[in-house]
Amino acid sequence: MSGRAARPARRPGLVAGLGPARIITTIGTHNFSLLIALGILIVIFGSLRPDVFFLTRNIQNIGQAMAILGVLATAQTIVIVAGALDISVGSIVGMSTVCIATVVAWTGSTTLGIGAGMAVGAVAGMINGLIVTLGGVNAVIATLGTMAAFRGVAFIISNGQSIPIFDPAFRVIGDGRLFGIQITIWVLVVVATLFFVLMRYTIAGRNIYAVGGNPVVARLAGLNTRAYQIAVYALSGAAAGLAGMLLAARTGSGQPVSGSDGLELQAITAAVLGGCALTGGRGTIVGAMLGVLILGVLNNGMILTSVPTFYQMVARGVLLIAAVVIAEQQARRYA
Amino acid sequence: MQEVSLLEVRGVGKRFGVVQALSDVSLSIHAGEVLALVGENGAGKSTLMRLIEGVHQPDTGDVWVDGAPVRLRAPSDAHALGVRVIHQDPDIFADLSVAENLFVGDLRRRAGVFLDRNDLAARTRALLARFGLEREISPWMRAGALGPAHRQLLEIMRALRAGVRLLALDEPTSSLTEDEARRLFAVVRGLRAEGVGLIYISHRMPEIRVLADRVAILRDGRLVADRPAVELSEADIVQLMVGRPVSSLFEQRVEATGPVVLELRGVTTAYVRDISLSIRAGEVVGLGGLIGAGRSEVAQAIFGHDRLVAGTVAVGGTVLRLRGPADAIAAGIGLAPEDRKRQALLLLRSVSDNITLCVPRRVSWFGLRSRAAELLVAGEQATRMRIKTPSLDQLVSKLSGGNQQKVVLGRWLARGPRVLILDEPTRGIDVGAKAEIYQLIARLAADGMAVMVISSEMPELVGLSDRILVMAGGRIVGEVSRAEATERDILTLAMAENLEKAA
Repeated sequence: MSGRAARPARRPGLVAGLGPARIITTIGTHNFSLLIALGILIVIFGSLRPDVFFLTRNIQNIGQAMAILGVLATAQTIVIVAGALDISVGSIVGMSTVCIATVVAWTGSTTLGIGAGMAVGAVAGMINGLIVTLGGVNAVIATLGTMAAFRGVAFIISNGQSIPIFDPAFRVIGDGRLFGIQITIWVLVVVATLFFVLMRYTIAGRNIYAVGGNPVVARLAGLNTRAYQIAVYALSGAAAGLAGMLLAARTGSGQPVSGSDGLELQAITAAVLGGCALTGGRGTIVGAMLGVLILGVLNNGMILTSVPTFYQMVARGVLLIAAVVIAEQQARRYA
Repeated sequence: MQEVSLLEVRGVGKRFGVVQALSDVSLSIHAGEVLALVGENGAGKSTLMRLIEGVHQPDTGDVWVDGAPVRLRAPSDAHALGVRVIHQDPDIFADLSVAENLFVGDLRRRAGVFLDRNDLAARTRALLARFGLEREISPWMRAGALGPAHRQLLEIMRALRAGVRLLALDEPTSSLTEDEARRLFAVVRGLRAEGVGLIYISHRMPEIRVLADRVAILRDGRLVADRPAVELSEADIVQLMVGRPVSSLFEQRVEATGPVVLELRGVTTAYVRDISLSIRAGEVVGLGGLIGAGRSEVAQAIFGHDRLVAGTVAVGGTVLRLRGPADAIAAGIGLAPEDRKRQALLLLRSVSDNITLCVPRRVSWFGLRSRAAELLVAGEQATRMRIKTPSLDQLVSKLSGGNQQKVVLGRWLARGPRVLILDEPTRGIDVGAKAEIYQLIARLAADGMAVMVISSEMPELVGLSDRILVMAGGRIVGEVSRAEATERDILTLAMAENLEKAA
């Protein structure tokens, strides 16, 4: 109910001739357009590289790349819905990988390592939340600052070196499969499902939409808006810590530079593609997952069709801005 | 009188949605006279100002300048004709200097590129000297550092510099001290002597007596009087401003004898001072006064939104510890704030979500939402309030104003509060919904709720309340019981403070 209620259900022009209108209203018009965009991308890359694109191995590659981005994008969605933004997630990922590697090297315990990664992430997120709420600092500026600071902390902990992880359990997480699907993907499925339930079926989720939609109203309805914002940042940080675990498992090491390749940019792009309003109060986990799929296919397709790396970077930046422009246009139409 | 009027409106009318803000108003202003424009809140004074300043265009009638009709498409058109309106909160560039503020748009250059600072300072000093301000204000002071009085004068000087011929002042003294006000009066008289036409909007009777040559009175968007000031007594003006019978939309009320539910003792915040009042179960207490008298701020204090500097708020005999609205809500207080869209409704959410916002426990099971419970609770209120909506999943932003207000009330009734505060409960809603809300308020009181109503509409306040507390300048200045309440009494009380101040 809530997800769909966030936008008017009818747009007759789009519905005509494309099948029963009810299917579209059930999944939402925005998500429907995302599916169409995804279909178009698949057709384009599928016809450009039919020899590779549909191979099981390539689809698994897409999935593998999606796992980390997916965890970050769904968490970012919650932050944006709450009316904030977290651009420090990439740095938290890097900090998490070196913490995990260090703790595993010291203690030899997989559980302690993973716990340390997520705890460091959650604490980092809470710091973001405190700066934004108590310090009254604009969310972009606050997390821009911590983005640099957390990166520095990662370098300090690791002394600037890459720390190898020899624990076999991490190899299992990075390369292992369960029922034929990579474990990293299972992690994403679990996280996304939890977030989906949180946002759609819990009072806490409903209150997050309220806090982001209009903080004055939320406060006058008795909600502790600061507590929600701090909690949301902590959640985002913990999710980034988990993403760090996935990355450490895949690379078999903790690297201070990991996560610095524009992960935050892609997470925000996916969330906005998925229908998040940067003004808060609007956005869904399902939309964000579709956004992640689109980005995953696009990244993969650009590699397969040998688009030079530098041009890929330009494309990613343009995509973020295009997504925001489209979202603004839609918001204006429905206003 | 004089040959041609400086500015004239002929039969102007303006409608906003369902509200007829002005109808068929004709008025003229001559050079060298001060016209006082008075009327209750919402009588149409500001709308008239926006028409002559070109912010809005009249639906009917025309604006004439120097005996010829003009079309004012934007304020710049009005400014070009020498017509200026000074608003209550002057628009100044806070980070620019006084000189730059005064001469923005007319900054002379040296050698084609450089700002001629000497010339600018000289011209500014000349202008300041004309107002006797050359010692208090230096040309290079940051304009943002000026107090409200100086800002107002700055705006007037800017208008003069640009060659103003008609100057309208919208409640210019509302934030000024006595001394500052007196200086402003001198400026107004000086301008009149120079042949500038002035429109002076004020709620303060003494100022009107002192300054005005002529008084024009608006009521419900119509001009009800336009006479020389000497012909009108203060009582006449108040009578003409109010001048309508109390509407029969209201039910007869019986006197409440229940126990005291809400009690305030010496409540003081940054905005109100020493507020003491009590409301019994079953009683409706009105809070009257002019806009800016501190009525909404009393509600914000009770609701824990503004921090208490002194005093106590008690519900049912227990003094509350108010750290925020959550504490007030927990104690059984509900507030339907003044601005529905900004303070009450989640416009991106459904009717159901908005109604059940404050009753999470009734619609969830260990934090998980129950759709069935939500629809039950929301449906109950929607039926009770007769909310017209295609479904409970409808976005609340799609409803009419009246139905939106019912959603806000439904939110609180779902909680069953002991105290309900309604700030402008019928602002911007149609007559039918108004009557329904009036009936509801009477019914809630009859069921034993303590109700506080804040309203700028006098008939509403008089019709709904058992007694009315009148506020002015952040304090309660008087109380009128329902039996003796007339709109005149309330207005007289609300303006009395101003009388004292200026005396």
